[in-house]
Amino acid sequence: MIRYVLWRLVQGIITVWFIATVTFFVMHNLPGDPLLDEKAVSEEIRASLEVKLGLDKHIVHQYFIYMGNMLRGDFGISFQYQNRSVNDIIRIHFPVSAILGILAIVIAGFGGVLWGALTALYRNRWPDIVIILLVILGISVPSFVFATVGQLALVTINKIAGVQVLPVAGWGTIWHMLIPALVLGLGTMAFLVRLMRTSMLEIVSSDFVRTARAKGVPMAQIFSRHQLRNAVLPVITVLGPSIAGITTGGFVVENVFGIPGLGRYFVLAVQQNDYGVIMGTTVFYGAFLVLMVILVDILYAVIDPRVRLE
Amino acid sequence: MTELSFQPVSLGADVEERSRPSLSYWQDAWMRLRANKRAFASLIVIVLMLMFAFAGPWLWRIDPSSQDLDQTSKPPWATRSAIIAQSYEPWEGVKAENPVGDHLAPRSLDVVGDATTTSVRLTWDAVPSAEGYRIYRNVLRPLAGEPLGLPIGRTNSRVAVSFEDRLDLKPTRYWYSVVALDQRGEEFSETTSVAVAVTLTTTAEIALEQGWIDDASSLSPGDKFQLPWHPLGTDYLGRDMLARLMKGAQVSLFIGLVAPFLFVIAGVIYGSVSGFFGGNVDHILMRFADFVIALPFLLFMILFKLLFGIGPGESGVLPMMVALVLLSWPGAARLVRGEILQIREEGYVEASRLLGTKTPRLIFRHMIPNTMGVVLVTFTFAVPSTIFTEAFLSFIGMGVVAPTPSWGAMCFDGIKTMETTPHELIFPALFISVTVLAFNLLGDGLRDALDTRMRYAE
Repeated sequence: MIRYVLWRLVQGIITVWFIATVTFFVMHNLPGDPLLDEKAVSEEIRASLEVKLGLDKHIVHQYFIYMGNMLRGDFGISFQYQNRSVNDIIRIHFPVSAILGILAIVIAGFGGVLWGALTALYRNRWPDIVIILLVILGISVPSFVFATVGQLALVTINKIAGVQVLPVAGWGTIWHMLIPALVLGLGTMAFLVRLMRTSMLEIVSSDFVRTARAKGVPMAQIFSRHQLRNAVLPVITVLGPSIAGITTGGFVVENVFGIPGLGRYFVLAVQQNDYGVIMGTTVFYGAFLVLMVILVDILYAVIDPRVRLE
Repeated sequence: MTELSFQPVSLGADVEERSRPSLSYWQDAWMRLRANKRAFASLIVIVLMLMFAFAGPWLWRIDPSSQDLDQTSKPPWATRSAIIAQSYEPWEGVKAENPVGDHLAPRSLDVVGDATTTSVRLTWDAVPSAEGYRIYRNVLRPLAGEPLGLPIGRTNSRVAVSFEDRLDLKPTRYWYSVVALDQRGEEFSETTSVAVAVTLTTTAEIALEQGWIDDASSLSPGDKFQLPWHPLGTDYLGRDMLARLMKGAQVSLFIGLVAPFLFVIAGVIYGSVSGFFGGNVDHILMRFADFVIALPFLLFMILFKLLFGIGPGESGVLPMMVALVLLSWPGAARLVRGEILQIREEGYVEASRLLGTKTPRLIFRHMIPNTMGVVLVTFTFAVPSTIFTEAFLSFIGMGVVAPTPSWGAMCFDGIKTMETTPHELIFPALFISVTVLAFNLLGDGLRDALDTRMRYAE
């Protein structure tokens, strides 16, 4: 087990190093110049600024400074907003994205497992058919459409009720989070329902379920102990990629609902060509996603010992 | 034992008779796909969508980038008539009798004459306790408890019950609301609203210049004529939605089909090399594939886009394709490698080898064709996810750039005016959804049709 964890960590570190390096060289080769502004800069000022920002040094030297900063957890500065470091942006806005993402994962996970199990139990009867239709819809409609439709639905509900049932946009209370988290989790939930259905159908017709039934174990107990527990295993394997999906999905949902999360700032930085922020947040996101996938893999190895042997 | 001890078996009468025609793998798969109604309907939808994209522009010859600025953000159901302008004559308005009753808002609100972009003339019946009226204009239906819109004017007498709006009128639908005012100028609690569809006015010369009419002499001031037809409406710059959807379909389907095709091919080559050679080669190649899979996909897409840069006049399609291919091949490679490893041990490969088949023929005749089922299913599922990726990137402004339309970029534009003109978002979103749905259902059907294990289960 320790060997497995160590091996995964080494892999993860190599991946993050690669992401950081590629980001550095991509950013370095972009057209444009951080000192190019509307104001004309005289040669002396330019030279002193270059010295101050370290731009006079050789690229390899710059690369080592950059990697050193990254290792110390310093992700750089924003080019658009003075006196704003990427660390500040991450510290203030990442928790917002994280809360939204966790809520979305919880909704998607519980929803996916329960709905999926239901479809398998009611195979080819109306609950199955209705849920599968919804799932197909969930897989085929892009997330930004869900987000806007969700927001329109909120507006309409508020209008009909005459009072503000749920806030339409913004951030602050749990009520602000519900609909965005649901919208964010929908795609993943649809995917999980499908996966859960397949794995549950396999389990329902397996030998140990038949044995349990023959022994006279109550149906509720068979469902919760024998079927659900075994069928959930494959769901955990896709949790890693799902976290990645929900993180990037957050880019859209945060934009539409006006949530001050990191995803929104990342998209904003991309649109404004704020290279400092793009560089810092890309490496941060990369490290975060790699870490999440490793955590999920280790979790899976704890639950299912067969994985470790591979 | 001499050679005479053996007699060649004569091929002829005693060969078992076949009760059914012999079917190849693909013929069988095709029959199963035909039998699957959902999958077959999806196949038809996909073919129709391709025809829409590539044959459509021949039938609907409107330039997707030409702007019809007199008809911007028009939903398909909007009226498209225009009036030849008459010379403007001042309107002295309407004076009412001193009213009786106890109503707090006008009981009627009517348009006088034609509502045109030159002027909209409103009149209403007087409110007994009022000392004036305020008139509001809104592009959305005003709802109880919400702002009525733009205050465009007020009258200062109980009996001055008319108003002429000449403020920057657009050929669209407006909601006018009238509120009575008391002595101090405070608004009464009740309002009366009316929806007015405003018609475009123009001159015969302009109409002729724009090509809307053939002959100016037949039209006199006040005559109505029809503006060009846009079956699915226009966008915020007055560009024809149908033409843009066709052009957008070309871009979206091109990326959605070609990128998966390329990365699946790359995956097949990589995976079969890895699977066939096995051992250390396999180990190193697969470690590298694992590494590429671990890269956060969208972050790298964005980095690639930045690296290639998009110069003026470029569409941004090529950098997106390159990034997609470079990052997406490992999935297919892993699958094909797994298949090849399995097929290598199959009896028919062994048999073929014992009969003296050479290695290249073994690979190309027996191994690669047998992975094609899996490959085809992978490809079919890769198409919708690529279309999604394109739409997502265009939506956050990192994908296809203006003026090239793609469905995702059109959604991005449409979302800004979602409340007033929802058709600009609905149509491209619908096209994405239908296409993605069709590919997903076809993929399901193909998986069922090509999965050889199911043949024996039935």
